[in-house]
Parts: sequence; structure tokens; C-alpha cells
Amino acid sequence: MIEVVGLVKRYGRTPVLRGVDLRVRRGRVTAIVGPNGAGKTTLIKAILGLARPDGGRIAVDGVPLDGGVDYRARIGYMPQIARFPENLSGAELLALLADLRRGGGSGAVAPDEELVERFRLRAQLDQPLRTLSGGTRQKVNAVMAFLFHPDLLFLDEPTAGLDPVASSILKDKVLAERAGGRTFVLTSHIMSELEELADDVAFMLDGRVRFCGPLEELKRATRQANLERAIAQMMTQEAA
Amino acid sequence: MSAAGGVTAKVIRYALRDVVRSRWLVGYALFFLAATDALLRFGGGGSSALLSLMNVVLLLVPLVGTVFGTMYLYDAREFTELLLAQPVRRDQLYVGLYVGLALPLSGGFVAGLVAPFLVHGVDDPAQWRLLAALALTGVALTCVFVGLAFLIAVRSEDKARGLGAAVGVWLLFSLLYDGLVLLAVLLLDDYPLERPLLGLMLANPVDLARVVLLLQFDVSALMGYTGAVFERFFGGAGGLAVAATALAAWVAAPVLLGMRAFRRRDF
Repeated sequence: MIEVVGLVKRYGRTPVLRGVDLRVRRGRVTAIVGPNGAGKTTLIKAILGLARPDGGRIAVDGVPLDGGVDYRARIGYMPQIARFPENLSGAELLALLADLRRGGGSGAVAPDEELVERFRLRAQLDQPLRTLSGGTRQKVNAVMAFLFHPDLLFLDEPTAGLDPVASSILKDKVLAERAGGRTFVLTSHIMSELEELADDVAFMLDGRVRFCGPLEELKRATRQANLERAIAQMMTQEAA
Repeated sequence: MSAAGGVTAKVIRYALRDVVRSRWLVGYALFFLAATDALLRFGGGGSSALLSLMNVVLLLVPLVGTVFGTMYLYDAREFTELLLAQPVRRDQLYVGLYVGLALPLSGGFVAGLVAPFLVHGVDDPAQWRLLAALALTGVALTCVFVGLAFLIAVRSEDKARGLGAAVGVWLLFSLLYDGLVLLAVLLLDDYPLERPLLGLMLANPVDLARVVLLLQFDVSALMGYTGAVFERFFGGAGGLAVAATALAAWVAAPVLLGMRAFRRRDF
């Protein structure tokens, strides 16, 4: 579904991505893990076209990214930080996104508002976004990612700031949508959560992907019983 | 409507809704309302009120456009990222955000400025023309300085530095420029300076706006040094056309430069 080859990105003189190779397979959940500053968010932003790569190639469904924007019609994105225009309501924000997406022609499909119901968000959607708590804004953020039935979803630390109930609802949604054939790329620092969701793992360190493959394979290769220990093992190996 | 124009129009519509509800915008409109009203009541007639208002407009409109514009774009950073993750081109979004701010800011200013005149009336019908000129010039200045603010905010990652640079630009154009020009004239008074001075005048949107207005008001005594030279050189209508054209260029240039930087930058 996504193929990244030799991706290089520098911010000023600081290299953030130093030749990233990554393959995301269709219908699976790929977790990008690694310490802070490893380049996880930058990698996602490069695939979304938010950060402009200095080298390398990205292809989504075999089509190389060339500055066009249409491929994003099939992508849902839940950014790490949920900050929205203060004076708009959640409902207005969702309406804006719906408006922007409708240009493509297939406006007939009703948006997926399952999460609005499950998060019990309906009443809060009419309030200005600045009055909502951080967790509630994060819920709105999650709703937006799923709204247009995207084939491909990027969730950047999706459960950060969510309470356990909301976090479980979101994870259930991810698993249900994956069962429906959708592809996910997500980052998180909560290993137990990734263990629950991920099929594949891409381990990033210092701007490179050091391991990319099925979760089971990672555990086998490191001879560890769970993801947390497997990752810890890889990090200490790299350090040695 | 084309698909491209459609996206921009949608962004404008929602950005507008956001900005119109902002307390700052309401405060800005109320300030002009109060100032105009007070000048009309106690300032001794329409024409002197207009003259005083001109100075308020030339000083305040650029400042508010600058500060509001910079803050707005920095605060919209995450919103910008969210929208760029949709099938939206960067040019469309940039123009959408720009118009979405410049339009309500201009609207608040014009409403605050004009409403008291509608209530109190004028003592000479010619003052309507002056009022219209003042409103139009203020709108042009709003567009210029929101554009400059956006340009600075796009090019500088750091909010504090960006805001500092934006206020610096305002200080330069509004307060320091005429003084620097005068200083240059004093230092170089052996040379024929008229042509370079005209160039210097075109290079400052606030000076340009002042000339446009003063050519309307016909009070050259109040012009700065550059303004005096300008009037002597161009006189009435020709000078007005040149100044208005230059002002239009001042609106367009920062927007185009900002758009280019916006297209290239990383989020």
C-alpha cells in the first residue's frame, strides 16, 4: 500500500530522516515505534505531504507522490496535537471537512459518525472548541480521522490524553475497521496497546528504520516474549 | 465555480465564521466606533474629524493588521496541518486563510468607521467622498499588513521572533521611515534628490496611503517631507493613480511571496 525508499529529510542542517525504507501492507496495522526524536511523526508527515522530503521516494498504491493532492481523499489523519480554531464548534469543523471532501464527486456516502455516538459527543459538538477539555478535543480529532471511510489511516499517538474507556472504544474501532480491510499506520509509546493492535512493526532509531516486519518475527528475532522487551532489546543492541 | 475556487471559498467561509466571533475583532470595531463617534461629537465638525481619523487609521490599521495576522497564522498552525492532510492544495488554503482574516478585519474597521457618520451625518456632502477614500485606504492597508504578517509568520518557525519581526516592520513603516528619509535628505542636501525620494515613497505602503489621502484632503501642509515632494512632482490625478497602483502592488507582493514560501515549507 505504501512504499518508502531511501527517504531523507533535514530540518535546517539537522537530519531527521537519514534514508528511511518502509513498506506498509494493505489491510494491516503497522506500528511505527522508536524513541522520541527518532523521526516517526516526520515520516508520517512526509507521506501526507506536510513535510517536503530532501531525497528518496514515496509511493502510495504504486503511484509516486509528485505534489498532487488527490491521493489524500482516501486518507484519514489523526494528528498528535488536537488544536482547532477556537470559535468554531466541533460540528462546524466536521462540516468544513465534509465540504472540502465533497469536491471529489462521491458525496453520496454518509460520513462515519459511529465514534460520535460511542464517545457520546453529540451534545458537545455544538459548543465552541475552545471550551472543550483536551480529552474531548482528542475525541473530536479521532472522529475526524474516520469520518470519510478512508482506506488508509494515520493515527499519531491516538490514545494520548484519552481516558481508558475512550481509549478502548478507539482501539475497538481500529480493529473493526482493519477487519473491514482498512490499512493503519500508527505510532504510540504504549507498548501494550501496540501489542494489541499491530500486525507489523517498524522500529525507528536516529532517522532510520532498523526493523520492519511482522510483530511475531520481531519477537522471534530478539527472543523476547513481548513487544516492550523486544524493542528494549533492539535499543540496547543498537547502543552497544 | 471551478473546483479550485470552490476549496478556497469553503476555507474562507469557515475561517470567516471563526474570526467574526473573536473578541479581538469585536474590540477593534468598537474602538473605531467609539473614536469616530467621539471625534464627530466633540471634534468640531466632519472635516476635522476626518483629518484626525486619518492619522488614527494610518497608525492603528497597520499595527492591528500586523499583530492580528501574525498571531492568527501561528495559532492556526495545527488547523493548517489538519487541512493540508485533506485533498487541498496549499495555494488554495493560503488564499483561504488570508481572505478569511483580511475580510472580517476590513469589515470591522469599515463598520466602526462609517456607522457614526451615518448616525450623525456630515456638514458637507464632499465629506462622503473623503470618508470613502479613508475607508478604502484603510482596507488596502489592512490587506498589505495582513499579507506582510502572513509572510513573516510563514517564514519564521518561532512565534516570538515572528511577532517581533512583524512589529518591527510596522515600526519601520509607520514611525521610523519618514525620519530616516529626512535624515538622508539632510546628509545629502547637495544632491538632486527628488527622483530617489519618489522611489523611497513608493517603497513604504504607509507613506503611499498618506499621500493618497492627503491628495484627497488637499492639505499638503500635513504631509511628511516625502509627501510634499510627491505632490509637487505629480500633482492631483496622475499622482493619485501612481500611488494607488503602487499600493495595489503592495497588497499583491506579500501575498504572492507568502504563498511561495507556504508552498515550500514543512509542517
